[in-house]
Amino acid sequence: MEEKRTMIRIKNLNKSFGDLHVLKDIDMKVLESDVVCLIGSSGSGKSTLLRCLNFLEKKDSGQIIIEGEEINPETQNMNKVREKVGMVFQHFQLFPHMTVLENIIEAPVHVKKVPKNEAIQEARDLLAKVGLEDKADVYPSKLSGGQKQRVAIARAMAMQPDILLFDEPTSALDPELVGEVLTTMKELAEEGMTMVVVTHEMGFAREVGDWIVFMHEGRIIESASSETFFNNPKEQRTKEFLKTTALK
Amino acid sequence: MPSFAHFFETFTGSTNVFIDAMLLTLELTAVSILVGIVIGLFFALLKISNIKILGLIADIYIYLVRGTPLIVQIFILYFGISGIFLLPDFWAAALALAFHNGAYIAEIFRGTIQSIDKGQMEAARSLGMTKSLALRRIILPQAFRRALPPLGNQFIIGLKDSSLAAFISMNELFNVATTLGSNNFDEMTYLLIVAVYYLILVAILTIIVNMIERKLAVSDR
Repeated sequence: MEEKRTMIRIKNLNKSFGDLHVLKDIDMKVLESDVVCLIGSSGSGKSTLLRCLNFLEKKDSGQIIIEGEEINPETQNMNKVREKVGMVFQHFQLFPHMTVLENIIEAPVHVKKVPKNEAIQEARDLLAKVGLEDKADVYPSKLSGGQKQRVAIARAMAMQPDILLFDEPTSALDPELVGEVLTTMKELAEEGMTMVVVTHEMGFAREVGDWIVFMHEGRIIESASSETFFNNPKEQRTKEFLKTTALK
Repeated sequence: MPSFAHFFETFTGSTNVFIDAMLLTLELTAVSILVGIVIGLFFALLKISNIKILGLIADIYIYLVRGTPLIVQIFILYFGISGIFLLPDFWAAALALAFHNGAYIAEIFRGTIQSIDKGQMEAARSLGMTKSLALRRIILPQAFRRALPPLGNQFIIGLKDSSLAAFISMNELFNVATTLGSNNFDEMTYLLIVAVYYLILVAILTIIVNMIERKLAVSDR
């Protein structure tokens, strides 16, 4: 089998908030077109880890290597790095003063300097892809949570990132709206997008995830392929955690 | 109290003088508000910057302005600064009012900028935007919208505060009213007349602010 390219490599990452040591010696990698799901109970550090990958949090020590290049926020242009790594947030964070279309073209036009009509065309294609082509000209306040999150995914995609990070993308949604967002994410995964997803949706992790990373109190307890993880978990903690979720 | 007939007669008889005075009041107010917005935004940005010394400069400015009476500030600019380099009366009054309004507007902007969800800045940064681009395109438009009601309030205060320019002999509304009142031994009539002019100006200002608010609220509909 052909070796997959390593998109993200994390070595010995540590992070504290004051006295609270939230990430302890994190080592992991993300391979090209893999879907890596970060799971664990609240406060396990999974969201912080994800935010470190986009440099929204500053690491204390360790290395973050993205597409073979070690990223050092002190010396590098973070904005260039962030163009490669998109992010989808739990609370969507659409820009409320802009229409759906304006939300999507904002960064391509003002950051990448894509000509406006080109960006609009691209945005309409993306909206069609997430099934919201008829919502181009409405404001976010008119959308349901699920629609907002699909727009947020389209907005992140508009920068043509190599990697997409998802921070609990369905946690703020009404239960009946979770499915449409997961479907959109699944379609992205099938197209070969490299994704790192912090999630509580075990069904999604099992079905779509290629690799599962289970965290507890700031440490990676177990890291395995989705199949191995759910069918043959090695660690006692993992077994306990899986028992508390619906899937055993 | 003057009879209504007398009031009406005096009112119509003095419109020429009062309209000139009203234009001057409007000019003073417009300049002081516009310059005040620029000053206010500048100091609000200093306050939210993470650089301590800049925040301290903003704090000192706001403390000095809010801590002293406007009339003192106007006199300082009029007598003090005029002694060093000659400031036309209009600009002494307009700048004093602008610096005064600016301090209050700075606090309004700071509050509304900080009230915008931190996630908005993070979302903008995650799309590769620089801090200043995100501020300009994402944060400030939202903050400005939230600032409108308190800004409208400040505009009205600024309009009425411009009456203090009378004390450096600007022929704005209040000065004209008191001068005509004492010349004609009819203070009360002229004070009532000038009150009507202020009410008209405040009504116009309120309508303009409401119009802008409605226009910017389009994303809520």
